[in-house]
Amino acid sequence: MLSKWKALKKTTRSNAITYAIVIVAYLIIQLLSGLGLLSSLFTGLLVPLCTYVILAVSLNLVVGFLGELSLGHAGFMCVGAFASAFFSRCMEQAIPASGVRFLIALIIGAVCAGIFGILIGIPVLRLKGDYLAIVTLAFGEIIKNVINVLFIGRDENGFHFSTKDALSLNMSADGDVIINGPQGITGTPKDSTFTVGIILILITLFLVTNLIHSRSGRAIMAIRDNRIAAESIGINITKYKLMAFAISAALAGVAGVLYAHNLSTLTATPKNFGYNMSIMILVFVVLGGIGSIRGSIIAAVVLTLLPEMLRGLSDYRMLIYAIVLILMMLFNWAPKAIEWREKYLSRLPFLARKKGESTGKEEV
Amino acid sequence: MALLDVTNLSISFGGLRAVDAFEIHIEKGQLYGLIGPNGAGKTTVFNLLTGVYRPDEGIIRLDGTDITGKTPIEINRSGIARTFQNIRLFKELSVLDNVKAGLHNHYRYSTLEGIFRLPKFRRMEREMDERAVEILKVFDLDKEAAVTASNLPYGKQRKLEIARAIATQPKLLLLDEPAAGMNPNETGELMETIRFVRSHFDMTILLIEHDMKLVSGICEKLTVLNFGQVLAQGDTSDVLNNPEVITAYLGDE
Amino acid sequence: MSFLSYLINGISLGSVYAIIALGYTMVYGIAKMLNFAHGDIIMIGAYIVFTCVSTAGMHPALAVLLAVIGCTVLGVLIERVAYRPLRSAASPLAVLITAIGMSYLLQNLALLIFGANTKNFPEIITLPSLSLADGQLNITGTSLLTIGVCVVIMAALMIFIRKTKAGQAMLAVSEDKGAAQLMGINVNGTIALTFAIGSALAAIAGVLLCSAYPSLTPYTGSMPGIRAFVAAVFGGIGSVPGALIGGILLGVIEILGRAYISSQLADAIVFGVLIVVLLVKPTGILGKNIQEKV
Repeated sequence: MLSKWKALKKTTRSNAITYAIVIVAYLIIQLLSGLGLLSSLFTGLLVPLCTYVILAVSLNLVVGFLGELSLGHAGFMCVGAFASAFFSRCMEQAIPASGVRFLIALIIGAVCAGIFGILIGIPVLRLKGDYLAIVTLAFGEIIKNVINVLFIGRDENGFHFSTKDALSLNMSADGDVIINGPQGITGTPKDSTFTVGIILILITLFLVTNLIHSRSGRAIMAIRDNRIAAESIGINITKYKLMAFAISAALAGVAGVLYAHNLSTLTATPKNFGYNMSIMILVFVVLGGIGSIRGSIIAAVVLTLLPEMLRGLSDYRMLIYAIVLILMMLFNWAPKAIEWREKYLSRLPFLARKKGESTGKEEV
Repeated sequence: MALLDVTNLSISFGGLRAVDAFEIHIEKGQLYGLIGPNGAGKTTVFNLLTGVYRPDEGIIRLDGTDITGKTPIEINRSGIARTFQNIRLFKELSVLDNVKAGLHNHYRYSTLEGIFRLPKFRRMEREMDERAVEILKVFDLDKEAAVTASNLPYGKQRKLEIARAIATQPKLLLLDEPAAGMNPNETGELMETIRFVRSHFDMTILLIEHDMKLVSGICEKLTVLNFGQVLAQGDTSDVLNNPEVITAYLGDE
Repeated sequence: MSFLSYLINGISLGSVYAIIALGYTMVYGIAKMLNFAHGDIIMIGAYIVFTCVSTAGMHPALAVLLAVIGCTVLGVLIERVAYRPLRSAASPLAVLITAIGMSYLLQNLALLIFGANTKNFPEIITLPSLSLADGQLNITGTSLLTIGVCVVIMAALMIFIRKTKAGQAMLAVSEDKGAAQLMGINVNGTIALTFAIGSALAAIAGVLLCSAYPSLTPYTGSMPGIRAFVAAVFGGIGSVPGALIGGILLGVIEILGRAYISSQLADAIVFGVLIVVLLVKPTGILGKNIQEKV
């Protein structure tokens, strides 16, 4: 058994460990919840946690593997959330089977977000570095802004649109306002559960890790490491950049679907779909280790739970969160801190890394 | 017909004619050297040949096809591969993956076949692995296949870059100062490797080099570039004894 | 006439953006980092003035001076403690995330000290309004002062960069840190000076911003900060005149967009214009186009 395990490729083993961590965490939480040991606060956090994990893993595809900085991830999540919630809200009566309905909603959310990813990616990927970052941020804000002025209703004559208010929809008396501007969508069926969230995480992991360890993934990482060299060996830069961007956006859309179907009222606020959210996801990715999928998962979970665990400290919790974030960045990235760590901590056997071994960047 | 036929190739940057009416004709199987003082425009010629720059004038023909004005990607696909003066490896990828990236256009399977690990993915990846190791063996890099490229010593990084270029199965290989930064031992070894590459892969090679020992040791023909213009062209021994070439290198006394 | 008054409001708001954008653009040009906490320095400056005037009853001029000093010290301190150690980090994202953490830190510090309630910023600019065209066009004193301050700051900064040794050192560091070091320029000192100037300007911007829009919360600085950053990118990040042009354009587009198109879509309009500008000119209006050498 053990020898068989060792014969597997290093990446395969690493992937297996990541899947195992997710599944074991799921089983433990199910067990604790079955024993009634979980607070309702914690239970309420489970679906959002899954959402953040999917967001972090999918953003890592762009930031860690394509090497481009995107600050618009929440925008794609927003597209997925609203597209799918709109669908579910319209089809609640038509498709009573929640499983089927949710599956279709997922596909709609992912496809819509993916299309937005491509639409935005085509012009934007010509830009580099911080310019790309600011334009993706701008796109995210535009999406949020436009959804806030969107009114869509339905009556027996079909759909009505407006960008002013619900009254301008001119619907008949029994008309139903589906998207109500800043009030968003109310009454989305609550199809998201923790189990669904975990399944979606596993699917995300499957897609992203397998993509990375394939011909396309190699092309994506080659572009990250050296665009000019990648061109010189005939790799189609635009195609693979767009591919990474679109898949990442589609997965953010999936996270949006999960998020939307966990809430009775879905609104687009600066808090959930603004640039602050995009930045928070980026923090997960960077703190978890750029290009490390497992790190993204762990960072998303820890950083989401940290403010909740500090709840007892009430007003101080976000302050402590900020300080912890800064200190962790300094400890992980400052050249002097790294030097210090290598000098003192490398004596501890489990932290020592053999020289010349892969730095773990490709490790998933 | 020559493998590479370049006529009247010119490009200017802000009024400065960096390459002026450059001509070169390389026969299949030749080992050809491009030399000249610093700033003579040698790397610019490489950038023109590989589509990094678009020429203002001139025609580049590879094996009879006009490739003037094509993108670097298209030019690589039509059969020119290169290395860079300042090594450009995929630093975070393993040595093996660097070469496999070079095989990208020759072992194809779709992204979906890759994600879902379909039989074609397994077969292609296995074949790629075998081919990549074969190429690495030529450069004596097969033992380092799993090492991250940036962790290789300098000389081996240069070799890996050549290996990656070879993996794209070019008709013509351009080497930009392959011996730069190498000690005489390493240079000697490199000369052997270049010769071996030519015979083993049946390759035509054009190289830029400053190391005269390497140039006179392995190149059959030379073109000397000075201030963007061809100063001399011909068999290596003739060119190196050309008084104009000597002046260009040593300056007027 | 209403168009003219919107235009002037736009220029006035744009002047505030321009002053904030200067901080972003100078820091970006020299330290090659996005200082996400810059917007929050504005907020801190405004709180200092608020405390000095409303609570301690100080003279406004003294309060503004204290705010400028306070923000300068804060800016330099942040650079020294949080950014400098990461300057040669392996990934440029490290310092970006630290800046984000610093932004959270400042916001939550303000939240803790001043509470979440909106504070009413005191009226400290008591210039009379200017009435033109028989009272049809009214320009507030705040607007006039804001535009005036912006012009003075721009001019002073350009002279400083062109004529002084420290200004030349800034240019040198922004061109090539390594070469500047070899020329004997104190790189760390120059970067600290840049943060000092940027933060001092942020304090002034905070006072001007809150005088025009007098509600003050711990998050007051974040959205103007982002907009000003957009303005800096717009004008070509790293360029001082670019910050001015970008800031004014952004302010005018925002106010005119609010007035004539849709007030709810103001953000979308501003960001939409930014995208169009960058697609046409990928490095902004006055940005330099740098091609990678092969």
